[in-house]
Formats: sequence, C-alpha cells, structure tokens
Amino acid sequence: MLSLRNLRKRFGGLAVTDDVSLDVEPGEIHAVIGPNGAGKTTLINEISGVLAPDSGSILFEGRDVTSLPLHRRARLGLARSFQITSVIPAFTALENTALAVQAGVGSSFRFFRAAASESRLNGPAMEALSQVGLGARAHIPAGAMSHGEKRQLELAIALATQPRLLLLDEPLAGAGPEETERLIGILKGLRGRYTIVLVEHDMQAVFAMADRISVLVYGRVIATGVPDTIRGNAEVRAAYLGEDDLPLAAGTH
Amino acid sequence: MDRLRSDLTAIAVLAALAAAPFVGFGEGYVLTLLARAMILAMAAVALSLLVGGAGLVSMGHAAMLGFGAYAVVILDAARIVDAAIVLPVAVLAAAGFALLTGAIAIRTSGVHFIMITLAFGQMAFFTASSLAGYGGDDGYTLYARSEVAGTRLLEDRLTFHFVCVAALAATWLLCRMLLESRFGRVLRASKGNPLRAQALGFDPYPYRLVAYVIAGGIGGASGFLFANATEFVAPAYFSWQRSGELLFMVILGGLAGLHGALIGALGFVLLEEWLSHQWEHWRIVFGVLLILAVLYLPNGLSGIPGQVAGALRKGDRRG
Repeated sequence: MLSLRNLRKRFGGLAVTDDVSLDVEPGEIHAVIGPNGAGKTTLINEISGVLAPDSGSILFEGRDVTSLPLHRRARLGLARSFQITSVIPAFTALENTALAVQAGVGSSFRFFRAAASESRLNGPAMEALSQVGLGARAHIPAGAMSHGEKRQLELAIALATQPRLLLLDEPLAGAGPEETERLIGILKGLRGRYTIVLVEHDMQAVFAMADRISVLVYGRVIATGVPDTIRGNAEVRAAYLGEDDLPLAAGTH
Repeated sequence: MDRLRSDLTAIAVLAALAAAPFVGFGEGYVLTLLARAMILAMAAVALSLLVGGAGLVSMGHAAMLGFGAYAVVILDAARIVDAAIVLPVAVLAAAGFALLTGAIAIRTSGVHFIMITLAFGQMAFFTASSLAGYGGDDGYTLYARSEVAGTRLLEDRLTFHFVCVAALAATWLLCRMLLESRFGRVLRASKGNPLRAQALGFDPYPYRLVAYVIAGGIGGASGFLFANATEFVAPAYFSWQRSGELLFMVILGGLAGLHGALIGALGFVLLEEWLSHQWEHWRIVFGVLLILAVLYLPNGLSGIPGQVAGALRKGDRRG
C-alpha cells in the first residue's frame, strides 16, 4: 500500500529522518510512536508531500510519488489530518466537509451553480459528519467549535475525500478525556475500512487501536511489529526509560 | 443570514441608484457624478472579489480600467466606435493584460504580490504616457461616445445612467455567483487556509489566476464606461493612486461581502465630491476622515449597523 525506502531528511546538522524504510499493509492501522523530537510529524509531512526528503523514495500503491506535490498526492487518495487543527474557520462544518467531497467529485472550475445547494456534495459530506458524530453540528462555523469538535471535523474532512490511505497526525492532540474516548471510538469504527497511518502521543490509545506499531527514535525506526512484540522489545523500553507513558506491562488492556 | 443581509443591502443600494433621477437627483451634474461613482464601484466590486474572496490584494487594478479606456481611445482614433466591437475589445485587452501579469504575480503572495501588481501597473502607466499618437501625457479627447447599433444612445444622460446601473448590477450578480460556486468555494478556502486546500487536492494557483483575469475583464468594462462618461482619457487612468483609491474603497466599505465594495465606492466618491465644495484644502479633512474610518470601523462602512447593535447590547447589559 505504502512503502518508504531509505528516507533521509536533515535539518542543518540534525538527521530528523534517518534511513527510514517502512511498509504499510492494506487495511491496517499502523501507528508511528516515539519520544518527543523523534521526527514523527516530519515523517508524516514527507509522506503527504508537505516536505521533500533529501533522499530515498516513497511508493504509494506501487507508484513513486516522491516528487509529487501535496495537492497531487491528495488527488491519488492520500488524505491527511493535521496535528494543529487545520480547518477553514469561516466555513461551516458542512462547508468544510463539502469542500473535501468537491475535491473528488467532478471539476471545481464550475462558476454558475451555488455550491451550497448541490446535494451531490452535501449528501456525502453529511454522511462523513455523521460518521464522526457531528451530524447535528453541520451548520456551525468551524471557528466557533470546541477543540474536540474541530478534531472530529478534521477527521470528517479526511474521510470525505474518500481516501485510499489516511494519514492522521496526532488526532487526539489537546483533546480532553471525554473527547479522547469519543475520538478513539470513531477511529476504531474505521478499522478495516481504511488503511491508516497514525502518529499519536497517547500510548494507551495507540496500544488499544494499532495493528502494528513502528517506533521512531532520533529519526530511526528501531522496531516494527504487533503491539505485544513492541511492548516486549528491550530497545523500545530503553528509548522510553524514565517515561511513564508506555504501558509496558502486558495485559493492561 | 449574513449573506441575506449582504444581498438585501446591495439590492437596496442598486434600487436607490436606479430611482435617483426620479427623486430629485436628475440634474446633469448629479448624473455625471453618480455615473462616475457607479463605474468606480464596478471596478471596486471586482477588486473585492480578489481581496475579500481570494486574498489577492492588488495595487494594480487601475491598470485594468486603463486598458479598457485606451481600447476605446485606440479604436476611436481608427474611427471604430460601435460598442459591439469596442466593449469586447476593452474587456479582452484588460483580461489579457491580467492573464499575462497575473500568471507571474500570483506566484508570489503578501507584500510581494502588492509590489509586483504595483510595478506592472506603473509599467502600463508609463507605456500609456509614451503613446504620442494618442496624446501622450496630455491624454486624448474622444470624438464622441461609443455607438450602440448605429445610434448615439449613450449620449443621452438618463440612458447612460441606466446603462451604468445595469452594468453595476450585472457585475455584482456575476461576482456574487462566482463566490458562491464551486470555483468560489475553492477560492475562499485557499484564502482561509491554503495548506488545507492543498491537502484536499486543490492547487490554488489556477483558481486565483482565473479570478484575477475575470476581475481584470470587469475592470476593462468599467474602463470602457469611464472613457465614455468623461469622453476624455489620460494615462492617469492607470496610475497607482487610482489603484490605491480603489483598494481604499473596498476596505472602507468592508470586506465582509461584495456589498461593502458598493457602499465603499459610492461613499468615497460622494464624500470626496461634497468635501471638495466645502473647502479648498479639503484633502486634509478627507485624509483625516479616511484614517478615522480605518481606526474605528474595523468592518468598514457596511459594518456600522452591526457595530451600533453591538454597542447597544453592551449598554443594555451595563444598564
């Protein structure tokens, strides 16, 4: 589905992506974890096309997309959410989502018909909003929504593009306990229907959701495997030494 | 709700303009002034499509008027005066200039975009000044207004007034429709959050360029009308001061909707006219008023009702 081959990226003297190779299988939830500054967001940025790697290649469904810009990769079905909420504040939730539908349905060089009354756009948009539990909030401007709702909207936008692969950059960032519960429920509901690459800080959530986990430390992947393997990996334990957020004891879930 | 209020305001302003000659504003001098205000309002509404809709702050919009006006001049010198030819040429000349310069300018953003549109505008200004065959610096007096189907219809003041009202209404309708369409939605999204638009698969560039060309074409049409209104065309049409005035009209009116540009342009022209009759050093007062407007009217003239309502609510809570 998605293959990273020997990806490297340096910011000055700092190697933020250091010879990363990774394969994401169709249908899996593949989590990327790692301590702060491990280069997780940089990796997502390279996969989605916000940043270009210095060397190495990115294959998406067998096609080399390394040199394609962000908007071309999005057209191929690579949808991403942002760590810092990235919605259009002046648009309603529905309009934000309908814009995402619009990206996949026909041309946007249409000048005459009012987009807000197109059921072809609004129908799938409402569906995506209901999927994340925002059906009743469709007509609220995104700028007026709570942080948790914006995280949900961010998901709805990604879903509305009918992606082949979802790149989620810390979907739980900044969400309160209740909001986190709800978001995890939504994400679990997506399992099997979408291939998901998930970068997340919340270890409880990651170990509860992910099919496989890759651990990134100082730009290098030190381990990839199913949650139980990762839990037992000595190198991973060492990397997280002193941090409480890795649920190391097996059977905590 | 906001959209409805914007529409109703614009319709009310247009209706007032249409009714003006019948309610005591039918004198030649007043009609001339109103025609000038409406023609500049056309250009301002198109500019508002760029500034408010696409986030493209152009400091070269006057050049679009200039191209439209000089199309009239150059055809007039060749004794081609049929509006059916002159108007399309004026629109296409301005749109063509917008396409060529926009293709480069839209690769930049922010202050760079302002500077590069300013530079292109000044290039056009100096080119027009050097056209010795068309009056150079001194400008060119038209032989007559453009003809419509072989008649001198536009010579009639009242007819010309309604032509301007219709042109302004059509401009407003067109820009409004564009903003509401799929195209406009991408345009507005790219202004609000370009990274998000790109992450959805939209490259903002072609959308912005098309908007720039459309606004240019509308500018050309208003240049055509302006030349016909004054029957005189000078390089000053292209000047950066005029571009600045147009931008000021848009900001004075408010960016919340296209009705802002309508109100801003009419307010600007009428205030300028009124003040200039009060005192010979009126520009000092005008300048101060404009500064006060920017300082105390964050949403422009069109935002005043909202501001007043807000202040009243606050007063209620206190009392």
